[in-house]
Amino acid sequence: MKSIKPILAGAALAMGLTGAAQADDPLEVGFIYVGPVGDFGWSYEHNQGRLAVEEHFGDAVETTFVESVPEGADAERVMTQMALEGADLIFSTSFGYMDPTNAVAARFPNVRFEHATGYRRDHSNVSTYSARFYEGRAVIGTIAGHMTETNKVGYIASFPIPEVIRGINSAYIHAQRVNPDVEFKIVWVYTWFDPAKEADAATALIEQGVDVIMQHTDSPAAMTIAEEQGIFAFGQASDMAQFGPTARLSSIIDNWSPYYIERTQAVLDGTWESTDTWDGIEPGMVEIGEIADSVPAEVRAEAEALSASIESGEYHAFTGPLNRQDGSVWLAEGETADDGTLAGMDFYVEGIEGEIPN
Amino acid sequence: MDLSQIDPILLITSIMVVSTPLLFAAIGEMVVEKAGVLNLGVEGMMIVGAIAGFAIAVESGSVIIGFVGAAVGGAILSLVFGILTQVFLANQVPAGLALTLFGLGLSALIGQPYAGIRPPQSTTLDVPLLSDLPVLGPILFQHDAMVYLSLFLVTATWWVLKHTKTGLIIKAVGENHEAAHALGYKVVKIRLLAIMFGGACAGLGGAYLSLIRVPQWTEGMTAGAGWIALAIVVFASWRPERVLLGAYLFGGIGALQLRLQAAGANIPVEYLSMSPYIVTIVVLVLISARKSNAGTAAPASLGKMFHATN
Repeated sequence: MKSIKPILAGAALAMGLTGAAQADDPLEVGFIYVGPVGDFGWSYEHNQGRLAVEEHFGDAVETTFVESVPEGADAERVMTQMALEGADLIFSTSFGYMDPTNAVAARFPNVRFEHATGYRRDHSNVSTYSARFYEGRAVIGTIAGHMTETNKVGYIASFPIPEVIRGINSAYIHAQRVNPDVEFKIVWVYTWFDPAKEADAATALIEQGVDVIMQHTDSPAAMTIAEEQGIFAFGQASDMAQFGPTARLSSIIDNWSPYYIERTQAVLDGTWESTDTWDGIEPGMVEIGEIADSVPAEVRAEAEALSASIESGEYHAFTGPLNRQDGSVWLAEGETADDGTLAGMDFYVEGIEGEIPN
Repeated sequence: MDLSQIDPILLITSIMVVSTPLLFAAIGEMVVEKAGVLNLGVEGMMIVGAIAGFAIAVESGSVIIGFVGAAVGGAILSLVFGILTQVFLANQVPAGLALTLFGLGLSALIGQPYAGIRPPQSTTLDVPLLSDLPVLGPILFQHDAMVYLSLFLVTATWWVLKHTKTGLIIKAVGENHEAAHALGYKVVKIRLLAIMFGGACAGLGGAYLSLIRVPQWTEGMTAGAGWIALAIVVFASWRPERVLLGAYLFGGIGALQLRLQAAGANIPVEYLSMSPYIVTIVVLVLISARKSNAGTAAPASLGKMFHATN
C-alpha cells in the first residue's frame, strides 16, 4: 500500500500543476529504500534522514519515498518514475542500486542522483556517498574480543561486497588484537532483509558455540535471538536497544541527516556537483551507540579511547603490520590502507578462516 | 571441513521449525487450488497473520489466543479476495497480487505500535519419559504445539481429500465446476470456504514467524515466504504428502546451508539456495511431460472463472 502512495501523490501533484500556476515550486527529493522503513535498521535510518530534511527545509522541499524496492530492474523503474514525476534529487540507498542509478541518470541529465555505498559516477549528475562503517566495526570488534568467553564470535554477513568484507576484516583485526584466541564464524545469508533467515543464521551460529554475534544485515532478528539465548549482540545501523535489553553491548548507528540536509541545500543553492563522500566517526556519520553496563569499565574505556583516536585522525582502523589471509604482506609496520584498496576490498586478513564466496 | 560439528539432532529439529511456516501456508494454498482457485495473495495473508497473531498475543498475554487470532485474521483477509473473485468475478491473478500488496500495507499500519515489543513466551511440549528419550525425544517430542498442528493438518487434509465425500466435492469443484454445479453443489460457497481455510492456514504460518521463529514484529518480515509456499504447491503437484516433503525440503536446504557455513564448510551457498527452485522447475517439466498419459496434475478448473448461468 505504502509503495503505491508516492505514485498516487505524484498523480495528484501532476493534476494540481495543470490547474494553478505555482510560484514557489518546492524542491522534489525522492528516496528509494531496499527494506521497509520499519526495519529498525538500515532503511529506518535513511528514512530518519529524509524526515530530517523535511523538518529542516519545511515548505521549500517536498520528499517522497518508495520502500522495499528490490535491487535490479525494479529499482530502475522506480527511479525512472520518480524522475518523470519531477524529482530534482534522488537518493538511492543500497549498493545494488548502483547500475540502475547510473542508467537512469544518463536519461535524466537535469535530475541529480546520490547513490549510497557505491563507486560508479558515470555521469556528472551522479554523486556517491558512504560511511566508514569499518571505523565503528573496529570499536565493537574490540568489545567483542573482550566479551567472548568461548572465543567464538559469529558474523551474519549479507553479500560478499567490499563494504561487508571491510567490516569483517576491521572487526576481526581489533577483536584479535585484544584476544589472540578469537575465532570468527561467518555466515553469508545473501539478503539484506529477511528476519526469519537472519534469526536462523543466529541460531546456527549459537549451535556452534558462538557467544557474541555481529551482523551486517538490516533487521533486529539476530538481536532478538541473542536476547532469547542469553548471549551478546550489537545493534546494526540502528541502536536496536529495545530488541535486546540485556543482549545488546553497543551499536553502530548510521546518521545520514547532516549529509542529506547538506546535499539538499546544495541543490537549492545551485552549487550541487558530483562528489564522492566517505565520512566516518569524525563528522558523525558513524556513531557508536551507548556501551551497555554489562561491559566492564576498563573495556568500555578502551573502546571509547579507540573511538576517540579514530575520530581525531590519530589512528586508522587499517594500520600495518597486516597480512592478507594467504600470508602475503598487505600493509607494512605503520602503513595505513589507502581508500582505493579499501573501496575494492576482496580479501580477508590473516587469521580469518574460510573463503569469501563469489 | 568438519561436518561432525553439526549436531544431526539439532539440525533435524531446526529444519522442522524453519519449515513449519511454509508447511502451513502451502497446505492451505493446496486446498484452495484443489477447489480450483488460484490465490496469489499468500504472502499478504501470511504477513497479516503475523501481525494479527503478534498483536493479539501481546494484548491477551496468550500465544494460543494469538494463533487463533492469526487464523481468523488470515481468513478475513482471504474473504476479501474470495468475494472479489467469486461474487464479483474479478480475475484471480491481479486480485491475488493486490491482496499481497494490501496485506503488506495493512500489516505495516497495524504493526506501528508493536515494534520492539516482546511477545509472550511459547511453551514447548514436554511429555514425561518420551521427551527425555535419546535422539527421538528432541526430534519428536520437544516441539511447540504448532509443529504438531501443522503435521496434523497435512494428515487431515490428505485423509479428507482421499477418503471422504467432502474431499470428492472439493476435487469435483476444482476439476470441473460446471459438472459440479450441474450435480447441485454450491460451487461458490465451497470455494469461499476453501479460500478461507487457505487464509487461516497462511495466517498461522505468518504468526509462527512472528511468535515463535523470530519472535518479534518487523514490517515485511515474511520476506517472500508466501511465494515459496506457492512454489511448493506446484512442486508437490497438488498432493498433501508431497507438500510436506516440499516444505521440509525448501526449509531444510535453507537451514542446512546456514549450518554448513557456521561449521566452516566451504560450500557454494548460492547454488544451494537456488536448488529448491531448480527442483521446482524440473518437477514442472516432468509434470508437463507426463501430460499425455495421466493428464496434468493441476486441477482442470484452476484459476478459471465460474458463473452459474442456470
